[in-house]
Amino acid sequence: MAQKAIREYDGKALFAKHWEDYFSGFHYAFKSVLVTSGEELLKKAEEHGFEWLKQEPLVAKPDMLFGKRGKNDLVLFKKEKPGDVTLEDAAKWIDEKRSHPVTLLSGQSGMLTHFIVEPFTPHTQDQEYYISATVVDEDDVLYMSAEGGMEVEENWDKVVEVRIPIDMDDTSIEKEIRANVPADIPEKDRERFASFAVAFYKFYRDLNFAYLEINPFVMLDNNEIAILDLVARLDDTAGFMMKDKWGNIEFPTAFGMEELSPEEKAIAEADAKTGASLKLTILNPMGRVWTMVAGGGASVVYADTIADFAEANGGSIADLANYGEYSGGPTTGETKFYAETIFDLMTRHKDPKGRNKILIIGGAIANFTDVAKTFTGIIQAFENYAEKLKEHGTKIYVRRGGPNYEKGLKDIKEAADRLGLDIEVYGPETHVTDIVRMALEEKK
Amino acid sequence: MERLFTRDTQAIFWNNNKTAIQRMLDYDYVIKRETPSVAAIVAPTSSNKFEKFFWGADEIMVPVYKNTADAKAANPQADVLLNFASFRTAYDVTMEALEIGGFRVMMITAEGIPERLARKMNATARKLGVTVIGPATVGAIAPGAFKIANIGGTIENIINSKLHRAGSCGLVTRSGGLFNELSNIIAINADGIAEGVAIGGDRFVGSTFIDNMLRMEKNPDVKYMVLLGEVGGTEEYKVIEAVKDGRLTKPIVAWCIGTIAKHFSSGVQFGHAGASANAERETAAAKNAAMKEAGIYVPDSFNDLPKTINEVYTVLKAEGVIKDIPEPEINKIPKHRRPKHFVCTISDDRGEEATYAGFPISSVATPDTGKTIGDVISLLWFKKVYPKWATDFIETVIKTVADHGPAVSGAHNAKVTARAGKSVVESLVTGLLTIGPRFGGAIDGAAQYFKYADDNNMTPAEFLNYMKKQGIPIPGIGHRIKSLKNPDKRVEGLKKYAKEFFPSTSLLDYALTVEQLTTSKKENLILNVDGTIGILMVDMWRALGYSEEEINEFIESGTLNSFFIVGRSIGFIGHILDEKRLAMPMYRHPMDDILYNVEKAEEIK
Repeated sequence: MAQKAIREYDGKALFAKHWEDYFSGFHYAFKSVLVTSGEELLKKAEEHGFEWLKQEPLVAKPDMLFGKRGKNDLVLFKKEKPGDVTLEDAAKWIDEKRSHPVTLLSGQSGMLTHFIVEPFTPHTQDQEYYISATVVDEDDVLYMSAEGGMEVEENWDKVVEVRIPIDMDDTSIEKEIRANVPADIPEKDRERFASFAVAFYKFYRDLNFAYLEINPFVMLDNNEIAILDLVARLDDTAGFMMKDKWGNIEFPTAFGMEELSPEEKAIAEADAKTGASLKLTILNPMGRVWTMVAGGGASVVYADTIADFAEANGGSIADLANYGEYSGGPTTGETKFYAETIFDLMTRHKDPKGRNKILIIGGAIANFTDVAKTFTGIIQAFENYAEKLKEHGTKIYVRRGGPNYEKGLKDIKEAADRLGLDIEVYGPETHVTDIVRMALEEKK
Repeated sequence: MERLFTRDTQAIFWNNNKTAIQRMLDYDYVIKRETPSVAAIVAPTSSNKFEKFFWGADEIMVPVYKNTADAKAANPQADVLLNFASFRTAYDVTMEALEIGGFRVMMITAEGIPERLARKMNATARKLGVTVIGPATVGAIAPGAFKIANIGGTIENIINSKLHRAGSCGLVTRSGGLFNELSNIIAINADGIAEGVAIGGDRFVGSTFIDNMLRMEKNPDVKYMVLLGEVGGTEEYKVIEAVKDGRLTKPIVAWCIGTIAKHFSSGVQFGHAGASANAERETAAAKNAAMKEAGIYVPDSFNDLPKTINEVYTVLKAEGVIKDIPEPEINKIPKHRRPKHFVCTISDDRGEEATYAGFPISSVATPDTGKTIGDVISLLWFKKVYPKWATDFIETVIKTVADHGPAVSGAHNAKVTARAGKSVVESLVTGLLTIGPRFGGAIDGAAQYFKYADDNNMTPAEFLNYMKKQGIPIPGIGHRIKSLKNPDKRVEGLKKYAKEFFPSTSLLDYALTVEQLTTSKKENLILNVDGTIGILMVDMWRALGYSEEEINEFIESGTLNSFFIVGRSIGFIGHILDEKRLAMPMYRHPMDDILYNVEKAEEIK
């Protein structure tokens, strides 16, 4: 996946790190800390450079990639009245919030683990501006509005869009942005808003952001910029060019997404070490239909087809246990590891309705992956899991084509017969997803 | 551009991906192409000049270049670039090739090129009218004409999927793996494809579905199209628009994969980087419905796709739009083939008469052919037919260096060996083994250093200074007794010939300015015969159109010394035969001609 979200804290840290290169003339104090508990916050306050935590009124909120924290009542900025939150209050609030699962208005739920704490910036609603940039079709688009804060979505018609084609030169970019500064930005801020917007766009562009939004920001006296809230996604394919500029940046899992299971983590780690592609997502550990599909496109059509046939034959999407792929010419060893991981997962639970398990070893006609070689890995995994697979009444359907497929299909059929596994094997003469029909229509 | 590729299309393959290139050449052989579809390979870190590949049972050589510019300059007809660079360098390779120009189609295989770079690359290509296939693709194919790298898989699969000859379908997919699958489906349920493109899985690809389909609309071989889309993105809507406004009139069968995504709210990435639905409009279900609504043939599920294709095909066949396709004769790739251990590119003795670089020996040997030893050397050493002024010069050089009396070390060695009772060949090689940096080697050295000075625009004074710093006397300068006043007649002859017959003598002119300076220091520091030959050889090659790099290679490989070796062998053999004729006895050097200075060895304890 190319676009990855980063924490608000890390986004602000990137601004601070490159501030002088882009925003000279403006000031940014970067008073922010990222903590995982109240205790850590109190400790931070004792460090040199973080005295402000004890001296200034604070704002605290979770920093876990989800938005609408205000509407979810997850921003601490007042006890009695805005700006009266002390260090101790913030620490206590953090410990309370992280002590129980939280469900957002969107339905996502999970534990809060990361919090950003910053000084409270007194300002009025009309001082809040909005700016963001992203890619639409093939162009960058810069969005600017005098109406920032929580109201920006209700006032989206007041947002000005500037389209910036990829090959536009810097002079034209600057002209275009300046010419389009929203008319309702007050006169006293117009000039510096324009300068800030131009710098913002270049910062977004040069640091390979896929999405960058400050909502709101406030322009204080002395050209001080207060970044009150920020959302950012980076194009992680640019990581190899951005090592110095990004530093060692973290790409956290989205809130509410279950942390990876140990098996998914193991496959992800194996994937990172090989030139081939190994992917595994467990959709339902109790599911009946398990897939081991070669190829990204094929894995999608198998999932599509399983959903179609499961629903048409009295089952449901819950029957589909996993999604994933192995492709790009994995070694025999890598394939064995991948297969054993799936065999292990699928033989942990009996089907609640007492039905037999189904294993789909599918794939399109490979371009260059040696089918016999990868099937050798699956056969080795069969040897180790044959008894368990039989215990679950596993019915195996194989369909594959490509280099050396005849040998691969013959080998896997022989091995399964020898081990007493129930298997049906098909080649390119059978439609790629037809084994799904056979598997699911058969047993109603 | 009606057709993406023809049977004459040739590509430059960036990266020495031997398996993929062999697959292309196997395909070429099977479909009986006349020329290989890969004209050249670019491999920046390779020191090879060529790479051998099978062509049927035989082998052919594909030239290897260090950079795209050289490859393109040598193969201007190759207008397809197959960019197999990694995601780190693929952008630079594409941009450089766009700059060089002359490419009509570029295919980029790398997955995960930074999005900003991919956008820039695609926009630049579009502006220049270059069709980009990819990034993140397995490529494209025009069955019976040209196939990119691994697309279609093995030769067996290609034949099974009827990818060896043009059918009637224009196929576009995102996925490379499913491209093969669709080709197979179309072969089974219809008559194969006329042109197919896997556009690539990244979010930003160069040519999209609509770009390729608009071309296929104009391609008379394409009678209908099959589109396999994916969840995410809005590219399919551009196709719908084109159907609605009449830019696409041929029947289209289409399906978007990824209907599964509706069952999972978020977080699971189904398929490629480009496949993430950000809005309802981008879901597979919405796109399938919209396509159906626009009159595109959309099955109920992917599993029913073969049936729909077959229905559309059957109707077109019944209407006579699609005719029967004659199955062409194809070549078979032999099961067992062996790489050859030796390569010969200069002569061939397999035919009726042996040839020198393609010329039967009789056509260059007898006097009536007007050919000389110079001509034979130009054929066997340089694989070119040199003009007469050049072959005459070579002949002059051979004659000039043939002998220089019995006292020089090589001749002396040959004579001593002959007197020891050894054969002609043994005596000859003894003499030849003397040739090197101190004997005869000045030809190489002169060419090398004078050319270096000239290439770097050194003034004669700078050149002298440079050689002084190197600690080497200038090769080709100086004679035992000759001077400007008492010139070497051999040198005069060579210079006169060159001035009269060479198109230009730039290096000789430079060398003469150097000579002016050296002789002003010492009278006998003249340009000698070795120097003159070396320098004029460079001038000859320059005038014959060789590049400076090629000439440098001649110098480095010792080509210049070869003229000396051939010429002087004539003299050596003369001296050897002379010894035999005179029946000279074993030679023993007089003891009074040796300074004996032998001390008793010290014992080390």
